[in-house]
Amino acid sequence: MQTGNLLLLLVVMIAGAYYMGHRRSFALARPLGGIRHLHSLPFYYAMRTAIWCAIPALVVLGAWLIFDDTLIRVTVMDSLPADSQPVDASSANLLLNQIGNVASGAIAASEVSPAVAAAAEKLNSLRSLNRMALAVVVIVVAMLGAAWGWLKISPQMRARQQVEKVLQTLFMLSATIAILTTVGILMSVMFESVRFFGKVPATDFLFGLQWSPQTALRADQVASEGAFGAIPLFMGTLLISAIALLVAVPVGLMSAIYLAEYAPPKVRSFAKPALEVLAGVPTVVYGFFAALTVAPVIRQLGESIGLDVASESALAAGLVMGVMIIPFVSSLADDVITAVPQALRDASLGLGATRSETIKKVIFPAALPGIMGGILLAASRAIGETMIVVMAAGLAANLTVNPLEAVTTVTVQIVTLLTGDQEFDSAKTLAAFALGLMLFITTLLLNVVALHIVKKYREQYD
Amino acid sequence: MDTAEKFDDKTPRSDTPASQSEGEQAMENSTRYPEQTIGSPYVDNAKMSMRDVDVFYGDKQAIHGVSLDIGKNEVVALIGPSGCGKSTFLRCLNRMNDTIDICQVKGSLHLEDQDLYDPKLDVVELRARVGMVFQKPNPFPKSIYDNVAYGPRIHGLANKKYDLDEIVETSLQKAGLWNEVKDRLHSPGTGLSGGQQQRLCIARTIAVSPEVVLMDEPCSALDPIATAKIEELIAELSESYTIAIVTHSMQQAARVSNRTAYFHLGRLVEMNDTETVFTKPEHDLTEAYITGRFG
Ligand SMILES: Nc1ncnc2c1ncn2[C@@H]1O[C@H](COP(=O)(O)OP(=O)(O)O)[C@@H](O)[C@H]1O
Ligand SMILES: [Mg+2]
Repeated sequence: MQTGNLLLLLVVMIAGAYYMGHRRSFALARPLGGIRHLHSLPFYYAMRTAIWCAIPALVVLGAWLIFDDTLIRVTVMDSLPADSQPVDASSANLLLNQIGNVASGAIAASEVSPAVAAAAEKLNSLRSLNRMALAVVVIVVAMLGAAWGWLKISPQMRARQQVEKVLQTLFMLSATIAILTTVGILMSVMFESVRFFGKVPATDFLFGLQWSPQTALRADQVASEGAFGAIPLFMGTLLISAIALLVAVPVGLMSAIYLAEYAPPKVRSFAKPALEVLAGVPTVVYGFFAALTVAPVIRQLGESIGLDVASESALAAGLVMGVMIIPFVSSLADDVITAVPQALRDASLGLGATRSETIKKVIFPAALPGIMGGILLAASRAIGETMIVVMAAGLAANLTVNPLEAVTTVTVQIVTLLTGDQEFDSAKTLAAFALGLMLFITTLLLNVVALHIVKKYREQYD
Repeated sequence: MDTAEKFDDKTPRSDTPASQSEGEQAMENSTRYPEQTIGSPYVDNAKMSMRDVDVFYGDKQAIHGVSLDIGKNEVVALIGPSGCGKSTFLRCLNRMNDTIDICQVKGSLHLEDQDLYDPKLDVVELRARVGMVFQKPNPFPKSIYDNVAYGPRIHGLANKKYDLDEIVETSLQKAGLWNEVKDRLHSPGTGLSGGQQQRLCIARTIAVSPEVVLMDEPCSALDPIATAKIEELIAELSESYTIAIVTHSMQQAARVSNRTAYFHLGRLVEMNDTETVFTKPEHDLTEAYITGRFG
């Protein structure tokens, strides 16, 4: 039986277990005078039965699926005659692939050695046996579990607590998965980074001023050693993020002040979501807007006043990125400005301050920590942004602070290092992981600081 | 004084809105409300005079034709059940109601000769002359010094740091807070106790040398000892300022005020010497309220 079908059957069995549990709890309650004489509601007895049916069966199924392939492979390899046993790991892999292909019919049995053909046959028979056994075992376990759960139903049983416990564990497992994924990503990035630092000294990477990751493909090629100084990339990231923040912070703050302090409710209810749409536009759309619309305009403007502007420039990318992160600043700033108590506004207005004096002297300082949090979140978003920069800022790793030149950023280099055919353990590809690690640490720090500030601010008025 | 003459005409204005509210008024008048405010709402040396004040929140009328004077250096207490419009009326006196979009004020309101709702009037200036203390102490999250210096700085009252220091010190002294905070002028105002915070707010208000101080239930968030201190302070302040105070506590009104105005559902029912109001209330509603039958 296919695993998919087996799962479907299992779902039906669980539903059946639920139904039976429900029936039995009612049957038990009737002679006692109704379900209020049961410890828990019938729903909980039914759920408990269903859980007993589902969980052991799913655990068995999962464990089986994890191990069966390895077991089958080992068995097949062992069955090969001694003279056709592979000599090393990679030839073992090749042989296994060959056997697999023969078994699935992709290679005709006549084209391979009789030993391999026999192994393929064995593989096939083992597989079908395996599937049968799996189905039988899972169904039996599910039935036993359901029966156990069903039999144990009694008016005194604390089914509610047990079901709650299971659900609680389920929620906890879900949360753990998210956390473990993060840890896993971090670990894998770290692992590869360590390998990179084995090839390129960390000091060269952290303090080197030149980035040209091209290494010789063939031994006879005359090519540079490859330089992995990350400074130009971080400078590029910094430059573009700075331009973006120069756009986003003033515009975002002022629009937040307008929304929170001046806009009539009708305008506000329309304008706030409209602003937030900016954050939802796919970045690739911003990217071609930057490359095809903004960059040429900047170039023309620059030429008209006699400046030499590269067709891909940090300025174009930064400006468009700035527009993209406006809502990060404005939305959070609006929230914190609105959270400033009305009493403080009244106090200031009552003393004869004008509205803008009140904003400048009372509301803004009171909301400042929250606003800072919003700005840091926007900054970490700008640092991680890739698509706009790929399309509008270029790939040239120039070490410059001139916004009219092409620059490149950490994220862009990660993309270019990893796309295309690459040897996976070259310094070039591994460099991507080191860059990723640096980026991860930077944005993580920014986020931690930002969240901390926002949280501290929230506590102030609650 | 010719402003007083201007207001001598006490007949209700013909421009009271909507006939439906006239009908309502007629019915209520016949049952509970007096034709006119009972007692003596007017005085000779009026600092502020209000005539036929109507206040609307959108379509809803919160104040119905209230007329009264607040005399110079007098403490006027506004009392009445919750929601009867005491705060609304008080907030008209320095145009704090401007901050509520739907709020509309009609009638004539004067501070001496100045029409409060004159379109040419600068509210900034008005609020420097008529200060306000709020129900809940609301110091800015700044230092004690900066709290008091806030108003003088906005109005440019001090040219030198020295002048400002002086204003801060005298204001705090007048508010009876100086001795308690003189060693920590630069620690946050929000770190003070509730009663101290309210006295800080009073210091902040008088730092701009207003002529009138409005207080909206200034003690309702305070404990009895802090309340007693504020009441003492009000008595002292009344020597140099004109004060209008909204209060929920009858004893407080009796202790601190010269005259008392009793509001009921947006109308001024009775206004008289405090003693008269509390010992010989004329109207049933006033009597019911001060004897604690409702409120
Ligand atoms: N901002 C507002 N918007 C609408 N109605 C209001 C507002 N403030 C007060 N009101 C209404 O005006 C009436 C008087 O309120 P208020 O002046 O606060 O009474 P008091 O201070 O005497 O308890 C109440 O009916 C109240 O519901
Ligand atoms: Mg009130």
